Amino acid sequence: MSEPQLQSDPPAGQQGLLPKIAIRNFSARFGQSQVLTGINLEVHACERLAIIGPASSGKTTLLRSLNRLNDLNATFAHDGEILLDGQDIYGDSMDVPTLRRRVGMVYAVPIPLPWSIYDNIAYGLRLAGIKGRSEISVRVESSLRNAVLWDEIKDRLRMPAMNLSGGQQQRLCMARVLALEPEVLVLDEPCSGLDPISTAKIEQALAELKDRYSVVLVTNNTKQAARASDRTAFFLMGELVEVGLTGQVFTAPRHERTGQYITGHFG
Amino acid sequence: MKISQDRVIGWVLLAVAFSALSSLALITTFIFKEGVPIILKQGVGNFLFSNDWYPGEGKFGILAMIVGSLFVTLGAMFIGAIFGFGCAIVLTQFCPRRLVSIIKPAIELLAGIPSVVYGSIGVVILVPFIRDYLGGPGLSVLAASIVLGIMVLPTVTSISVDALQAVPRAYREGSIALGATQWQTTWMVVLKAARSGLVAAFILGMGRAVGETMAVIMVAGNTLEIPLGLTSPVRTLTSNIALEMGYASGAHRQALFATGVVLFVIIMVLNTIALAVSHSKAAGGRR
Amino acid sequence: MRISPANTQRIMVVALWTLAAMTVFTLLFILGYVLYHGLPHVTWSFLTESPRRMGKEGGIFPMIVGTAMVAGLAVLIAGPIGVATAIYLTEYTREGKITAIIRFGADCLAGIPSIIFGLFGFVFFVITLGMGLSVMAGALTLAIMVLPTIIRTSEEAIRAVPRSFSDVSMGLGATRWQTVTRVVLRSASPGIVTGIVLSIGRCISETAALMLTAGSALRMPHSALDSCRTLALHFYTLMREGISPAHAWATASVLIVVILLINLVAYWLMRRFVARTV
Repeated sequence: MSEPQLQSDPPAGQQGLLPKIAIRNFSARFGQSQVLTGINLEVHACERLAIIGPASSGKTTLLRSLNRLNDLNATFAHDGEILLDGQDIYGDSMDVPTLRRRVGMVYAVPIPLPWSIYDNIAYGLRLAGIKGRSEISVRVESSLRNAVLWDEIKDRLRMPAMNLSGGQQQRLCMARVLALEPEVLVLDEPCSGLDPISTAKIEQALAELKDRYSVVLVTNNTKQAARASDRTAFFLMGELVEVGLTGQVFTAPRHERTGQYITGHFG
Repeated sequence: MKISQDRVIGWVLLAVAFSALSSLALITTFIFKEGVPIILKQGVGNFLFSNDWYPGEGKFGILAMIVGSLFVTLGAMFIGAIFGFGCAIVLTQFCPRRLVSIIKPAIELLAGIPSVVYGSIGVVILVPFIRDYLGGPGLSVLAASIVLGIMVLPTVTSISVDALQAVPRAYREGSIALGATQWQTTWMVVLKAARSGLVAAFILGMGRAVGETMAVIMVAGNTLEIPLGLTSPVRTLTSNIALEMGYASGAHRQALFATGVVLFVIIMVLNTIALAVSHSKAAGGRR
Repeated sequence: MRISPANTQRIMVVALWTLAAMTVFTLLFILGYVLYHGLPHVTWSFLTESPRRMGKEGGIFPMIVGTAMVAGLAVLIAGPIGVATAIYLTEYTREGKITAIIRFGADCLAGIPSIIFGLFGFVFFVITLGMGLSVMAGALTLAIMVLPTIIRTSEEAIRAVPRSFSDVSMGLGATRWQTVTRVVLRSASPGIVTGIVLSIGRCISETAALMLTAGSALRMPHSALDSCRTLALHFYTLMREGISPAHAWATASVLIVVILLINLVAYWLMRRFVARTV
């Protein structure tokens, strides 16, 4: 296992700490098509990293590599390594279910399982081996509070999750992940199908959680990236073009393409 | 490590998944092992093309049963195809939804009725009718064909319905938009597009008809002569096995297994054709 | 003279509807005939007594027990194997040579006539494995016979569960097996159960294969290695040997009522399944 190196431009106050996630020279492909090439990127403890870029730039693949969800696709292959707290997640000693609990994921489309709200959240807890009813109830409530959903549905926990509105479903999906107390929260365009009010609630939840988790947020919405992140990475055609403090990337991008994308010239 | 547990489960499931295939292999092996020696002993030509079935004298020729199965199957398919395709067309092209939910379960229920019930109804209704109005003993090719025709109808219908439903709506709407009547559209566009599926339905129905046993025993008369007409009694390959298996032993029993071998080969040929036809459909266009 | 398209349309519509109507009428006629001739003879004692004088008198209780044992055992054996096969085909592998071979096996098995299953069961289970004519030999034979149906219906039911459910479950830290048992099978269960229920129906209707494997003893089967006579075979024997038409039709109506119930249950389950997945 190689020692992670210090990275070039960490945000203030993070200098010298081990990065939460270190992506080292990571490439990925599905069958013949190369999706990611030579990515080097770090995510620090308790920072919010936004990943922006046009469609098919490899953002989602990178995200799904972080919890090895790409493994479900048999044509997936990768090079390089991804370190979580210094441990290679693709290494033999990594227990994948545990990894997926540590790196919780919210998808672009809300996918509630066809059960009650309560069972949706309790499912992950039961998988993690938590059996006590009272503990599950406590964590269901706290996760729903963290996802800013509790007040709306606290009397209807036994209702089918499918009956919730789209925005509520997405917050339920977030609560489902938060209940597992992950170390990293990865969100794949979580607001792409939502109305502005639901989007605001999700952003509010993210803001309240920022002291506790590292957040990786893939988004198509540059304004959202600007609002809800500390640093921003810009991807294009499977490559990382630049990464820096969000303010700097948005006001003084180092690369021409980044500026063009942010100002809406393509993408 | 948990993943390796998943891998072990995968292997176990794979082993279990092979049970259908290994059953098939076992069945083939045992039927052939029991039946083939006597065919070789009699001579293939003698066994298939002689009409002398005298188990007591060690003479085993199954020509009459082969012809019998052929006649009965063709008769059954004539009826089964007309009714089966007819019902499938009605269900997919002409029928309001409300009626579909009556006719479709009715046809599925038809498939659930035990074959002995079909046979008995045939004996008490059909056989006397044929005897009184068309002559002969009543137990006949015709009676067997009608009973079998009704029995294969659900098979033909359900596979045809799938094939017809797979035809894109746009084809039909395009044709109607060009001024074709509903029937012209069905005949010239829909049936043509679903052709391979309909062929598969017909062949699989044929497999059912060749293989059906109990109902045929009850209405076919089971004589050992080559049938001369629709009202002649007839014995099929399947009824030969079921009728004599109860008391057969030695070479006689082997000859019944040999009859099974012939039946098995016929069914496998039909199945393979049906599979090939429906696969070529799958290759031709996405479902 | 050419018939105009409009008239062809009219003629064909009438002809096709006649065919469909005749089909439904045939079904109703069969059901009506059997129940009309049989139900009046179905009494409590007919259902609960043993047959006397070859079935001329007495009841059909041992046949009911025998049928239930054979059908129950067959499905108990074929159910897990069929569902496991379906799970393998859908969740544990990619489409390829292996799945093609497995599917080919199931497809071929589905086309084999029951008399061949009977022959096989007779030489393999009854003689080679020494089970004799017995409930067990019959059940094993039927298990192989209904296996393809269970595989196919389970596979369809599992495929109807959205792939994204598996993604979510694995994303929450479930192993594949946990995902299959707690998410996929749970959602697919009405469809799977429908297939199993229909298989029970097929076992109950079966005659030819059981004649050669389960035998035709009139006694009550006390264990899985006893011979038994199922309802369908009892009906056949009474009818064919002219022992008692009244008792024959009474047996048939018991059979038909059970089949009707089974189809109703399957229909109801299927509707529930469709309503839930759409």
